[in-house]
Amino acid sequence: MKNPKAVFHIHGVTKFYQVGEVEVRALNGVDLDLFEGEFAVLLGPSGSGKSTLLNILGGLDVPTAGEVFYFDHNLSRYDDKELTRFRREHVGFVFQFYNLIPSLTALENVALVAEIAENPMEPAEALNLVDLGDRLHHFPAQLSGGEQQRIAIARAIVKRPDVLLCDEPTGALDITTGIRVLEALQQVNEQLGTTTAVITHNAAIASMADRVIRISSGRIIDLQQNLTKASPKDLSW
Amino acid sequence: MTSLDRKLLRDLIHYRGQAIAVALVVLCGLSAFVTMHNTFQSLVVSQSAYYSEYRFAEVFAQLKRAPESLTSSIAAIPGVTALQTRIVFEVILDVPGLKEPATGRLVSIPGSGKPLLNDLALRQGRTIEPGRRNEVIISEAFAQANQLKPGNTLGAIINGRWEHLLIVGVALSPEYVIEIPSGTILPDSKRFGVLWMSREAMGPAFQMKGAFNDLSLTLAPGTQEAEVIARLDRVLEPYGGLGAYGRSDQLSNRFLSDEIAQNRVSGMIVPSIFLGVAVFLIHIVLSRLIILQRNQIALLKAFGYSSSAIGFHYLKFALVVIFAGSLPGTVLGLWLGSLIAEIYQQFYRFPVFYSRIRPDLLVLVIFISFAAAGLGALLSVRKAVSLPPAEAMRPEPPARFRPGLIERIGLQRFISPALRMIIRNLGRNRAKAGFTLLGIAFAVAILLVGRYSFDSVEYLIRVQFETIQREDAMLIFNHPVGSGARYDTTRLPGVRSVESFRLVPARLRFEHRSRRIGIQGISPTGRLRQLLDKDLRPVNLPSEGLVLTKQLADSLQVRPGYLLSVEVLEGKRPVLTIPVAGIIDELLGISAYMDLRSLNKHMHEGPAVSGAFLTVDPLQEPDFFTKIKKVPAVAGVAFRKHMVQGFRDTIAQSMYISTFVLIIFASVIAFGLVYNSARISLSERGHEMASLRVLGFTEQEIARILLGEQAFLTLTALPVGLIIGYYFCWLMSKALETELYRFPLVLTGKSVIYSLGVTVLAAFISGLFVRRRLKHLDLIAVLKTRE
Repeated sequence: MKNPKAVFHIHGVTKFYQVGEVEVRALNGVDLDLFEGEFAVLLGPSGSGKSTLLNILGGLDVPTAGEVFYFDHNLSRYDDKELTRFRREHVGFVFQFYNLIPSLTALENVALVAEIAENPMEPAEALNLVDLGDRLHHFPAQLSGGEQQRIAIARAIVKRPDVLLCDEPTGALDITTGIRVLEALQQVNEQLGTTTAVITHNAAIASMADRVIRISSGRIIDLQQNLTKASPKDLSW
Repeated sequence: MTSLDRKLLRDLIHYRGQAIAVALVVLCGLSAFVTMHNTFQSLVVSQSAYYSEYRFAEVFAQLKRAPESLTSSIAAIPGVTALQTRIVFEVILDVPGLKEPATGRLVSIPGSGKPLLNDLALRQGRTIEPGRRNEVIISEAFAQANQLKPGNTLGAIINGRWEHLLIVGVALSPEYVIEIPSGTILPDSKRFGVLWMSREAMGPAFQMKGAFNDLSLTLAPGTQEAEVIARLDRVLEPYGGLGAYGRSDQLSNRFLSDEIAQNRVSGMIVPSIFLGVAVFLIHIVLSRLIILQRNQIALLKAFGYSSSAIGFHYLKFALVVIFAGSLPGTVLGLWLGSLIAEIYQQFYRFPVFYSRIRPDLLVLVIFISFAAAGLGALLSVRKAVSLPPAEAMRPEPPARFRPGLIERIGLQRFISPALRMIIRNLGRNRAKAGFTLLGIAFAVAILLVGRYSFDSVEYLIRVQFETIQREDAMLIFNHPVGSGARYDTTRLPGVRSVESFRLVPARLRFEHRSRRIGIQGISPTGRLRQLLDKDLRPVNLPSEGLVLTKQLADSLQVRPGYLLSVEVLEGKRPVLTIPVAGIIDELLGISAYMDLRSLNKHMHEGPAVSGAFLTVDPLQEPDFFTKIKKVPAVAGVAFRKHMVQGFRDTIAQSMYISTFVLIIFASVIAFGLVYNSARISLSERGHEMASLRVLGFTEQEIARILLGEQAFLTLTALPVGLIIGYYFCWLMSKALETELYRFPLVLTGKSVIYSLGVTVLAAFISGLFVRRRLKHLDLIAVLKTRE
């Protein structure tokens, strides 16, 4: 990647949680840049702090110390209202448990987000991108887990977000459907050029990334640039 | 305390908002029950104690004049156990501090000793001393309205002579629990009072020495009242008997009995609505609690707790909530009951007002509410405990949505996703949505019923006292007089116009049905009495025949063209046959009208009149009042504006209180329902709401989706509530309809707006409470878990 521009620039980010009477140090002085258009995988065991990092990037949480820049906006200074606007305008989320609205069909779940976006794509187009063009009018309860997750991806990208943040997107899926979800993510990354960060504890997924960021105990322990990216269908776990 | 009880306590604390909302509804229901039932019981008990202790008579008769010696033949009528003859006359009174004249009903009591029947309860002062000519005991309502005490004097014209009457005592009588002047059916304590005077003083003053014109009887148990009345009428006929009647036609008793009957009805309906709503709320709150605690239930079962132990644990939740509502509800009800008893005391006068509730009934109602709550709880618990633990430990399957009607007819593209979510959620939970909607509709209906009382009273006043009765004052002469009286009346100061009328006491008979009534002969060209049909269109008085009010025609079962037998109860007592010429509508009492000249002709008399309707120049009113107090020929006078004011004063006060209570109760229902239904939605869909927040929806936007459901329910409930309310008002108008009053079904736009407004406000406030909770959604935690 030539002269890539940093979408996120974070510096010295530390996050403490108070869990009952115990203070948990989830992140401990993390420095990281995420670049435009890259597909990054954040790899780490559970409890390593990777979800906390993703939440801070996505504006769901603020660091205890350190600074988070989205281009030149300092997110660590944002209040709740500004964070909501930031999420609304720039971030697409995909969660482990899809979090679809059960009372809305596939198309409507996607349209729900399209309606509050400034320059969205057509909801049906987003669903076509994840190969669900034929399931537009199904309710979540009528779809498999993999299909639900692809709707969630379509919902995340319909607003043409600058970044797509995925928290264990295949965590609840079997390998076959998991691979289809990963294909969808890769397709989005390649066709739309959306900066994509996927967190997982599944090391197999790392080989399809541009860059692998390993996290352990609240610190980044390794950054690895993949010279060749594997195709999702060649993955196995 | 067992661990389960500790869990119960913490659950209660956690769900305190909802528990309080349910308890409040229970509180309202029970206090409504206790208040209304207490009032009902108190009236029943006070009435019967009063009647028996003060020997209230059972049969009454008025007549022109009969010698005291007639009593032996009356006492000989089989079934008569006691009888009391009296002298009763109405006189004009000059009350200190009262500009206008008042009417006093002078009732004789024995010069010494207690009256045999219709005894007095002396409240102040003393009884009359033998030989004191001008001493009177006055009724308490009249004394209080005019601030009269023993020692004060009243001026009165007694049989043409101006007299001073010395008040020596203030008393109550079972005959006058409510005091209503003759010729009207509205209480007016300021301008009408009962005065008891010794028989020895009244006899000579009214030329009734050794004679009587009023009679009361008591009957042996098992006696046929109608039989005695018929015999009594025959005995009294030669003496100008006006027709005997039983307690059911005695005006004061009639009012009181109607009131008791109404209390019985309303005391059942309102509390039932509240308890129904409370049971429903307990059911939905507990169902939700149990869904959320599926895991815990499974765990408890896995540990070896029995299904019944777990069931009882949740049942206790319901019982605590019911108990928390029923205890203060009972206390509040007793307090409100005493408040209402105080109001009743100003309207209905009892020597002792027994505030009483039947404890067995109270226990029954509390038991019913517990049982109902238990049922609501059990339905929810059964589902949870019937699951095998392993299955129960898995999260509940996701909500299932399938294409519905809107999708099938392709309407969805016209509806925003937020609205679609609302509609589909409601569609999925139809029973819950339906009950919530119905409950809110009941709140609207209760408010509307409260307003209806006001509207109908105002309507009644407008129609009866502005359209039908247009005179400023009505004079009643001592005896029927020639038409020359008209000119004397015209000469009174300030009198602008005079329309004389004739009032002939008669018994109207058709087949075996008969009614005693005063036939009013009025001028067909008169302007001070306007007859109306049921659509309030003026009806012209035909020159021949009787015009009856609908209630009278219905009770005799006659229609225009039918021939009535009219037994005149005065003078030569002719029995006439007169056709029914028309039916009219009035809201107060029952009446029969006839052309004055035709009535005179039937009576074989000249142009005789019994009284006159007057209009009076307001500027000369004081002179008119002063003068009229001293006109010997006048037995009574009634002023329209005072009647209206007296009516408003007595009725309005009790209405304001009951309406205020209804507003609070209805608001509690609306609040309780909307709050609970929103809290449960929030609990069921907190996950969904948090997801939306993560996707960039603002708090405002998710509040709109969540509360939109409640708003939708509330708005849909409004028209339903108006329909139910309208039906309730109709029921009320039927239930309250007596021969004395009819409350037509009228509702003003203001009342509709008010009922809707209060409900919307209560719903809005509960929405705000839930809205605050949206601030505290934990976005991250919610995404970590799957429900």
